[in-house]
Amino acid sequence: MRVAVLGVGAVGRSVVELAPEYGHVVTAVADSSSSAVDPEGLDAAAVFDRKEREGVVGAGDPEDALAAEYDVLVEATPTTLGDAEPGFSHVRAALERDRHVVLANKGPVAERYAELMALERESAGTVQFEAAVGGAIPILSTIADFDPTQITAARGVLNGTANFILSRMAAEGLGYEHVLAEAQDLGVAEADPAFDVEGTDAALKFVILANVLSDGDRVYSLDDAAVEGIRSIPASALDLAAEDGRTVRLIGEATADGVRVGPRLVPQHDALAVTGTRNIVQFETVNAGQLHLSGRGAGGPETATAILSDVGRLE
Amino acid sequence: MSDEAVTTETEDAGADPETDGGERPQTHTIRLELVDKPGELLAALNPIAENGGNLLSIFHERGNLTPRGHIPVEVDVECPPDRFETIVEALREEGVNVIQAGAERYGEELTLLLVGDIVDTDLSDTLRRIESSTDATLADLSLSAPEGRNAASSARLRLATRTGRMDEVFAHVRDIADEKELDVIEPLVEVAE
Repeated sequence: MRVAVLGVGAVGRSVVELAPEYGHVVTAVADSSSSAVDPEGLDAAAVFDRKEREGVVGAGDPEDALAAEYDVLVEATPTTLGDAEPGFSHVRAALERDRHVVLANKGPVAERYAELMALERESAGTVQFEAAVGGAIPILSTIADFDPTQITAARGVLNGTANFILSRMAAEGLGYEHVLAEAQDLGVAEADPAFDVEGTDAALKFVILANVLSDGDRVYSLDDAAVEGIRSIPASALDLAAEDGRTVRLIGEATADGVRVGPRLVPQHDALAVTGTRNIVQFETVNAGQLHLSGRGAGGPETATAILSDVGRLE
Repeated sequence: MSDEAVTTETEDAGADPETDGGERPQTHTIRLELVDKPGELLAALNPIAENGGNLLSIFHERGNLTPRGHIPVEVDVECPPDRFETIVEALREEGVNVIQAGAERYGEELTLLLVGDIVDTDLSDTLRRIESSTDATLADLSLSAPEGRNAASSARLRLATRTGRMDEVFAHVRDIADEKELDVIEPLVEVAE
């Protein structure tokens, strides 16, 4: 497949680098201010070398990448809330040209799901977004395989930063601020950790899960989710939980009652009490009890594998 | 794996504690769960006699375990109706886990954490209101305030409630906590099909 990649953060960059391994050709790359286009296929090393030296990926405008020749548009620009722009317009442009779209950007899927699906219906192209939920873990393809009507609820941990902080606090008896600083030093938390520790990132993923599971019966956005973060949790709360064989995790739920994300008490040895940055999702199925999927929920190459699997499904 | 059925004789009148009240005694069934340790059964039966209950029979299901891994015990007690609540309360005070008393089932237990300025927002008032606005009973409380009164502290509450009433209890606890600007960390309750 010929692939155009918008966004050259850790994820977009890994897609460009790994595409040849999966048998695909990258014909266009854009960041927020520039683009590089080559219908014969771009050389990843040359593109990122220029980005490092000159701050641009190529001589073109970002719009040139959208207009280039490609079969699949990979939307890997940063997630934005509300109108989900500019990601949403990128998706629209590709679908109106009857091209496929693969998203890593959660914004358009969480905030404008109904419009996204309407655009897809009008287009010969297909929209896929495995990478938006749980990085490398094949969560959405598992739902598609099982069929959304066969899964009654999804629960789990889909934010590695918050999980790292809570599991370190529990293991070391340290306070939130201390562990956050450690996470920032390790590159696990960003300089501004709000998106992760306030539960927004996890909530967007569970909103997407709710949209996929409800299969068009009901459409959710971030406003429909009840969201609480982990900032106010003192070390003493984790101590009291541990005395009772429990621990605290930032747990998301997408159920018939809606979407909810917040710190919850879980048994210490519960499947959902994963440690470090690991993610896990648990499905409640109609005929097969519980099903658990666990793995790396973030990271450039990890998330790129989900994108490239989506691209492969479109062949 | 033996089931023991013990029947006490009601003619042992000399040991009957004196009871007041004018209503005729009625028979009630209480289901308990006991930890498998020597003396547990006896400790559970004392509060019944001490509060004017006449023990009619005990069905001690050794070898059968409750979901929590404890031994279920069924006790038939004869007492005036107005004594029954007192007996159930006395059992709870002894730390006996009452699953069902009469028609009422105390089938579920839930543990939650309260976080915030717990001490200065009057913990005993918080607990009293949780118990009075729901039909949950506080079974256990642990408090941790390692940095004194001026920093956030935590409390772990174990509440016993009737089957099917958990959501109601959570809603009330949330309301009370909101009013006092406390955070509630609820248990993840997975709905069993």
